[in-house]
Amino acid sequence: MVNVFIEKENKNVKAEARTVKELLEKLNINPETVLVTRDNELILLNEKLNNKDEIKLLSVISGG
Amino acid sequence: MTCKNCIGKPVIQLTNNNVKLCKNHFIKYFEKKVKKTIIKFNLIEKDDKTCVAISGGKDSIAVLNVLSKIKGKDKKFRIEAILIDEGIKDYRDKAMKDAASFCERNNIKLNIFSYKEEFGYTLDEILKKLKIMPCSICGTLRRYLLNKKARELGFTKLATGHNMDDEAQSILMNQLRNNMKVNARLGPINGIKKDSGFVKRIKPLYLMTEKEVASYVFLKGFNVRFAECPYSDVGYRSEVRDLLNNFESKYHGTKDSIVNSFLEILPMLKEKYKEESSLKYCSLCGEPTSKEKCQACVYVKKLTD
Ligand code: SF4
Ligand SMILES: [Zn+2]
Ligand SMILES: [Zn+2]
Repeated sequence: MVNVFIEKENKNVKAEARTVKELLEKLNINPETVLVTRDNELILLNEKLNNKDEIKLLSVISGG
Repeated sequence: MTCKNCIGKPVIQLTNNNVKLCKNHFIKYFEKKVKKTIIKFNLIEKDDKTCVAISGGKDSIAVLNVLSKIKGKDKKFRIEAILIDEGIKDYRDKAMKDAASFCERNNIKLNIFSYKEEFGYTLDEILKKLKIMPCSICGTLRRYLLNKKARELGFTKLATGHNMDDEAQSILMNQLRNNMKVNARLGPINGIKKDSGFVKRIKPLYLMTEKEVASYVFLKGFNVRFAECPYSDVGYRSEVRDLLNNFESKYHGTKDSIVNSFLEILPMLKEKYKEESSLKYCSLCGEPTSKEKCQACVYVKKLTD
């Protein structure tokens, strides 16, 4: 299980995923629309995730 | 899995060519590509005095930062920032603080103008008085003030934060709605003749994707909020944005292709719609417009009637 903070919706979710790509697919989030960070570092789609990782999804879209 | 240029850990994979880059090489890549964009499209010339229209959001902060870096080595290169305060409670006031502190730290002069002072009302007040789509009046008033103030302050170029995603969305939207005349006004640089009262607008991030811009701003550690305006009504645009993002993640390089094929036909579009964009001056305020009265004056009149 990884803990995910979705900045745009200001909410935390838990998910089961082995890679970032799988995580985004499960959450139905397009990789073009978010920066994925762990320990305040950007990580790529094929990055392996570990149990209890703290992942933050930052929206790249700023309106206005 | 390492960076294309060193043994560092990659932080981004560029979608148009699948290249992976570490933090330092991505920052270098980004800044170099923006500089190349400026040169390729001749966005800034030797005697230009450029101001960057900033909102406090990520795109305009990225433009301002890269331009002020270019300036660093060149004394003749003049650059300032201009910010329009629409008067949107809890949104623009926060972004303004970020923008002001960024300019202060980087020693960039910031010029601020507000709807309240220039038109008599904040956007919040305007929208209570008029039943109108927020973005159409807000966009009109902002473009009006930016052009007028930039010209009065003696700037010859106005740089905005439009990125490749914004441009690809606009191109496609105008095509889907058979609005080619509007497409003729897009492109990395626009503005009609010199001395027309229009300050030329330039888009230094024209070839950078939204995700690249966000990554750059994040990696540089700039403090920007990724917040959305409470009035933001991007209905059609956001559908086109989703469509493009779905395509991009399936077929890498889609946005790049849209923008580059558009650039091929843009000169023909500009030629075709040259006459129709002939310039008049507003009978009320004297600003350049294509009609008898400019759209800003039309709105302001509605407000005071
Ligand atoms: S989203 Fe619309 S209302 Fe909000 S600042 Fe932008 S143009 Fe104005
Ligand atoms: Zn590297
Ligand atoms: Zn007018």
